[in-house]
Amino acid sequence: MRRPDRDNQRSLRKIRRRTLLLGGMQVGVLGILGARMRQLQIKESEKFRLLAEENRINLRLLPPARGLIYDRNGVLLAGNEPNYRVVIVREDAGDVDKVLGLLAQIIPLSEEDLDRARREISRRSPFVPITVADRLTWDDFAEVAVNAPALPGITPEVGLSRTYPLDKDFAHVVGYVGPVSDFDLQRIDDDDPLLQIPRFQIGKTGVENKLERSLRGSAGTKRIEVNAAGRVMRELDREEGRAGANVQLTIDYALQNYAEARMLGESAAAIVMDVETGEIAAMASAPGFDPNKFVRGISSPDFKALLDDPYRPLANKTVQGTYPPGSTFKVVTALAALEDGHMSLDETVRCVGYTELGDRRFHCWKRGGHGAMDLTASLRESCDVYYYEIAQRVGIDRIADMARKLGLGQRYDLPINAVASGLMPDKVWKTETKGEDWLIGDTLNACIGQGFVLSSPLQLAVMTARISTGKMTVPTLIRAVDGRRRLQRPAATLDISAGNLRAVRDAMDEVVNKRGGTAHRSRLLGEDMQMAGKTGTSQVRNITAAERASGVIRNEDLPWERRDHALFVGYGPVETPRYAVSVVVEHGGGGSAAAAPIARDIMAYALHGGLPPVEAYPSEIRDRIASEQDALILREPIAPTEGRIRA
Amino acid sequence: MSYLEYNLRSVPSGLAKVLYLNWGLVLLLTAVSSMGFLMLYSVAGGSIEPWADPQIKRFALGMSVMLFVGFVPIHFWRNSAVLAYGLSLILLLAVELFGVVGMGAQRWIDLGFMRLQPSELTKITLVMLLAAYYDWLDVEKVSKPQWVFVPVVLILAPVALVLGQPDLGTALLLLIGGGAVMFLAGVSLWYFAVVISGGVGLVTAVMASRGTEWQLIKDYQFRRIDTFLDPSNDPLGAGYHITQSKIALGSGGWTGRGFMEGTQSRLNFLPEKHTDFIFTTLAEEFGFVGATSLLFLYALIIAFCISSALKTDDRFSSLLILGIAVTFFLYFAINMAMVMGLAPVVGVPLPLVSYGGSAMLVILAAFGLVQSAHIHRPRLR
Repeated sequence: MRRPDRDNQRSLRKIRRRTLLLGGMQVGVLGILGARMRQLQIKESEKFRLLAEENRINLRLLPPARGLIYDRNGVLLAGNEPNYRVVIVREDAGDVDKVLGLLAQIIPLSEEDLDRARREISRRSPFVPITVADRLTWDDFAEVAVNAPALPGITPEVGLSRTYPLDKDFAHVVGYVGPVSDFDLQRIDDDDPLLQIPRFQIGKTGVENKLERSLRGSAGTKRIEVNAAGRVMRELDREEGRAGANVQLTIDYALQNYAEARMLGESAAAIVMDVETGEIAAMASAPGFDPNKFVRGISSPDFKALLDDPYRPLANKTVQGTYPPGSTFKVVTALAALEDGHMSLDETVRCVGYTELGDRRFHCWKRGGHGAMDLTASLRESCDVYYYEIAQRVGIDRIADMARKLGLGQRYDLPINAVASGLMPDKVWKTETKGEDWLIGDTLNACIGQGFVLSSPLQLAVMTARISTGKMTVPTLIRAVDGRRRLQRPAATLDISAGNLRAVRDAMDEVVNKRGGTAHRSRLLGEDMQMAGKTGTSQVRNITAAERASGVIRNEDLPWERRDHALFVGYGPVETPRYAVSVVVEHGGGGSAAAAPIARDIMAYALHGGLPPVEAYPSEIRDRIASEQDALILREPIAPTEGRIRA
Repeated sequence: MSYLEYNLRSVPSGLAKVLYLNWGLVLLLTAVSSMGFLMLYSVAGGSIEPWADPQIKRFALGMSVMLFVGFVPIHFWRNSAVLAYGLSLILLLAVELFGVVGMGAQRWIDLGFMRLQPSELTKITLVMLLAAYYDWLDVEKVSKPQWVFVPVVLILAPVALVLGQPDLGTALLLLIGGGAVMFLAGVSLWYFAVVISGGVGLVTAVMASRGTEWQLIKDYQFRRIDTFLDPSNDPLGAGYHITQSKIALGSGGWTGRGFMEGTQSRLNFLPEKHTDFIFTTLAEEFGFVGATSLLFLYALIIAFCISSALKTDDRFSSLLILGIAVTFFLYFAINMAMVMGLAPVVGVPLPLVSYGGSAMLVILAAFGLVQSAHIHRPRLR
């Protein structure tokens, strides 16, 4: 086919024109592309560089070592021990079942452990390390390490886990740690990123819980490079965190251990407090429990057993148990009457065994009555009628004021859980909470520590300490944090006349050290050991008129939970008081029989700084004391951890 | 001008053809492909496996194909244009019927030694046929409606088949590439004005059809459009590609992060880093300098083609070269616009650089046609 050349030329000219047009458009597009490159790569480069770094770099938290807890002499109460564990990485292991099978030949692994590990392995990404077994013994751990070449994907690792070497003794005071739960996260207002680490251990109870912020320390960080799937490629750098602060308690581990051992088998609580500084030297609540079980994860039957135990091992009875103080409260009523001037020291009240108020009889614990009683005798022999009389003169409000002055009915700010405020009732309280008027009968019940009055062993110890020194002693549990001594404000003097305090102290001396005193059998000998105190027995049931007529049923004949609580408060030595002690034995029967001997032994141990010689006891009971001392299971002495006592 | 006239002028023959090759173009194609090998080596973490090695082999094969195609006289290709076009339509129908499903669309036929994408082949055969058509057509009739209707049908037939796969990217490439040849051939601008306004109307209709019973494109295509319009909307889902791609590009800065130092690609944040998104790796590791260098090389290839086209007196040669150049231009322009967030993600590879066998072979074969036109250009004695 032939076409005129002219035609072809015209056509070619047109093509050329259009080519230039299209070329122009292409140049325009190239310009747009170039401009876009310039915008992204030069103008916004900074922003995208940052985004690329964010993509690539992940911050991982490094948990700090938790602060240690020591007793007053530097003996370790809560420490961190290396936790030897074995982890497996699926993608390195290849045949997981085969590797686990080999591992089970080296270290003891239950079928349950293996199932849990397999489940977790299948759930997570192949490069995530899964813990197969932890808390291995050093031998098992070493065995795995030696055989590591034959175990692809298996790595032995060391972490830290909390340990309580004195287990039971400090379960209530020190408390325990546990993995942070969703519930914790909701409850506590804390934006510490450490809490986001799965299974991060935080204090759940006791000092561990209340001083959590100090003990925890702050997180370190490491920057790691990750790929798009989140897998770690390499570590870029790391910044170590700050370890938690060490905490030193005021408690003496040996005294604490002795108190726990002495109360073995009872449901009881004992407090020993320095009368000058308010430092708590022992805070024992029996029975205890092993906090290490909680750290490891307590089994549900074990936990149920603790919950169902009628002796309530989980409760710290020293601060959260509140009991009618019984006759120990009489020192309050006596002081209120003396201070108010309604009663002089030598005035006597005649006790015939009861007081009649309208048509109601209020009984003295002694059926036949005590006869003529002055204040000293009434405290010594714990006559109820005497107090019925003076309480009517003073009135409940003044008694309540005095009780508050002495430290009852108020909450102390100690770093442990559930510190109870107890209850010191007065007229306003009854109107407000019960909507009823205060009756004179209420006063008579309250004046001997029954009825509405409730107090914790801690409060009773504070009361005793205040009477013994005349100062507003405030209890404290923390001696130092991070090596810095906790500042203790010097206690103010109590607004009670020294003479009246002296009179009550003398009476408390006679309770123990004079024949006829309710705690005379629990006396200690020697000027540096002698103790003063007051017994108390608080009823947990009503005694009917019929029962009274036929004879009050003896405690031993009642079921445990209906027996009286036994109480004793005391201080020693009599002349130069150092320690105040308070003991409550739940449903223990009479204070003089059940609580006073325990208080005596603990006081003797505290004053002597160890097991006292039998010479400190009256000669007729020395043989029994010696065999009791032998029977006690006490902890071997523990050396303080070196270089840790800075306070 | 017809082959008979060639006698009046000299046409290289035999081994002398080698001397008349467009050597500049050969060098440019090699340079661009080499950048591709380098990037494939980099994204594999410093290894010629699994991508660089096969790519080099295909390049060698492709260069041979180019020389072979180039040495065959241009009139042979003009005469076989109809056959080639028909064959590629048949292959397109074949993938529709027996094709392998990949990436949510039927695209290739497995030939055993390679996977053939007929849609790639069609881009070239369509240009060939259109060039031959306008070479044959009397220049007076070019803008006559009935003679405009014919190439429109020729274009729309493969476009419809490719859309059915569905492969929006290739469909667009065919449409615009074919349209460009019609434009070059001198079809009246009025037609284009009408088509473009019609296109705008169609886009509006497509967008309006969303969620209705007569929805015109697939949901995933709608999502890609959404993503394009606002990638930050769904950064870990559909917008992930674009967002990560822009981060990689932007973090390159002036001179880039260094060869094999691109964190975005090395740590797998980039999707399809060896295929459609390979440009981002290049831009991340060699920065603005590297990215504009590649753009410049591409622009030079286009310039060499245009220059070659303007020198020839043969209408078929001229239109063929220009059509191939425009198709090549569309390839890299759409790919770059896509990874830079200027166009929706439509699945167009970066020519000669992205990993992929049939695209490489087809492109080099197409440049073989360009070489053939260049070599067999009648020169004055």
